[in-house]
Amino acid sequence: MKTSRLWPWLVFALGAAYFIVPLIATFEFSLRMRRGEYSFDAYASVFADPRFHASFGYSVAIGLVTIVVGVLVVVPAVYFVRLRMPWLRPFMEFVTLLPLIIPALILVYGYIRLYNSSSIIPFTGSALGTDILLTGAYVTLALPYMYRAVDNGMRTIDIGTLTEAAQIMGANQVQIIGQIILPNILVAILSGAFLTFAIVIGEFTIASLLNRPAFGPYLVNIGTNRAYEPAALAIISFIITWGAMGMINVLGRFAPRTSARTD
Amino acid sequence: MAFIQVNDLTKSFGNNTVVKGVSFAFDKGEFISLLGPSGCGKTTILRMIAGFERPTSGSITVDGQDITGLKPNRRQLGMVFQAYALFPNLNVGENIGFGLKIAGMPAEQRRARIEEMLKLIGLAGYEKRYPYELSGGQQQRVALARAIAPRPRMLLLDEPLSALDAKIRVSLREEIRAIQLDLGITTVFVTHDQEEALSISDRIVVMNAGNIEQLGAPHEIYNKPATRFVASFVGQLNNIEATVLEAATKTVSIDGQIATVPTLPTDAATGSAVTLTLRPEVLSTFPRDGNDITLTGTIADVTFLGSVIRLRVALGQNIVSLDTFNDQRTAPPARGEPVTISLASKDLLVL
Repeated sequence: MKTSRLWPWLVFALGAAYFIVPLIATFEFSLRMRRGEYSFDAYASVFADPRFHASFGYSVAIGLVTIVVGVLVVVPAVYFVRLRMPWLRPFMEFVTLLPLIIPALILVYGYIRLYNSSSIIPFTGSALGTDILLTGAYVTLALPYMYRAVDNGMRTIDIGTLTEAAQIMGANQVQIIGQIILPNILVAILSGAFLTFAIVIGEFTIASLLNRPAFGPYLVNIGTNRAYEPAALAIISFIITWGAMGMINVLGRFAPRTSARTD
Repeated sequence: MAFIQVNDLTKSFGNNTVVKGVSFAFDKGEFISLLGPSGCGKTTILRMIAGFERPTSGSITVDGQDITGLKPNRRQLGMVFQAYALFPNLNVGENIGFGLKIAGMPAEQRRARIEEMLKLIGLAGYEKRYPYELSGGQQQRVALARAIAPRPRMLLLDEPLSALDAKIRVSLREEIRAIQLDLGITTVFVTHDQEEALSISDRIVVMNAGNIEQLGAPHEIYNKPATRFVASFVGQLNNIEATVLEAATKTVSIDGQIATVPTLPTDAATGSAVTLTLRPEVLSTFPRDGNDITLTGTIADVTFLGSVIRLRVALGQNIVSLDTFNDQRTAPPARGEPVTISLASKDLLVL
């Protein structure tokens, strides 16, 4: 191998080791529950825990609602800004980046102050209200990813001309977004959806401070009380997250092909 | 009453007025071309007819109905775009049927209409293909079928041939014209290509800088250009700088050669310079009946174009272009050869 190639590979191997070695160590540790031999006992114990099912199910449900709300908010917003108010785009970029800058802790304290049980809109006064608040918080948290995914999707199609083509044939705005724009950016939306899902599944701060039975607080709770199960849970949540990321890659291959063959 | 009537249409973007009080009226079934260089306002007029741009002032009437304030989806018009604009997620059949589906046509009737359209554009059997599987020409044909499937009141074509290569451009424009004549649909065609406009239009609106320069049938526009802009934009034009020898007798000197012209600009005094313009095809290298002006020069350049040979002849300071047919039995003239050219004085344009 040439020296010029050796160095990049060495740096890559070091970087990869930095991520993979702890993962292997965690996995190895998660197999050690039975004394003297490797077993999947820790995983069996995790899967047998009803709190695992309850918290995981809860987070999946909240994750799905978050995705739906996110799509309903972001797709029309990006569409109209790109079509009618392109001058608003820098402002949109800035707003959608805010959740990356503002710590989740500050966000949730703000929510609690605004929507506590003695406020005008007492979201935290009931379980359903708090769930709505949690969903809203997750939509905000996932905004940078959902916005960029949808924006990139719309960049690949000529939304202006497609909109005009549909309009002149009698379609209204709802029909245009539903029948033309959405199907053409579906892959981009699904990328955003999986990113959102990955964020929601492991989120701890907001769920914990709003006192909701989500998967993140459950992970932390197990971590403080058990030895081997947290390692098994870490591996499980890692698989889920990476599974979601892998799906984005798989879906990318089904992106609509818009370019024509040359004559 | 005219089928489409555009009255005093004006469009400004900020301080920039791109369409300046344009008015025209056309009958049902006419093929109208809006011709002009980029930025002349032709596309803006089409977009105002379609409803994508709101006029700053003026009105548009189609079939007796004022559509100026109507939304595009309420105008019952069909449009073909330069970039095809087929819906990438729908196959050919679904693309053609889109307008019919929106209009609420039952599936059975829709299928029949799609099949009829596919036959019309010569793409029967392509129903299940997706746009990315088609060539540019095929995509544009599908776009045309999609536009006319819902039987619109009028067809708008926004430079539909610009993105295609030369051969397909010619065949598709002939196809468009044949379909238009067959259906008798009033069509407004925007183009910057004078050959396209001349070849398929019933009437042409020549535009420049937001104004109409001339409106007329292709032969009128070409043979009797109303302004210098129309003369130079539509077709080739020779400009000959001459000096007036005697205004009263309309005698001019072209690089020392004397000729008598039928008219002179009213302000042309003896000794002043005038520009005479003429089309290349009125010049001839051999004597022709009615050619009353003869000029001598040398061949400056020869361009062989196949069936036609384009010559550039230097008369002195002036250089004129003329086309001769390629005669396979004789070699084309060589550069530097002396040549005598003749023309009929009535063919000179004084603009």
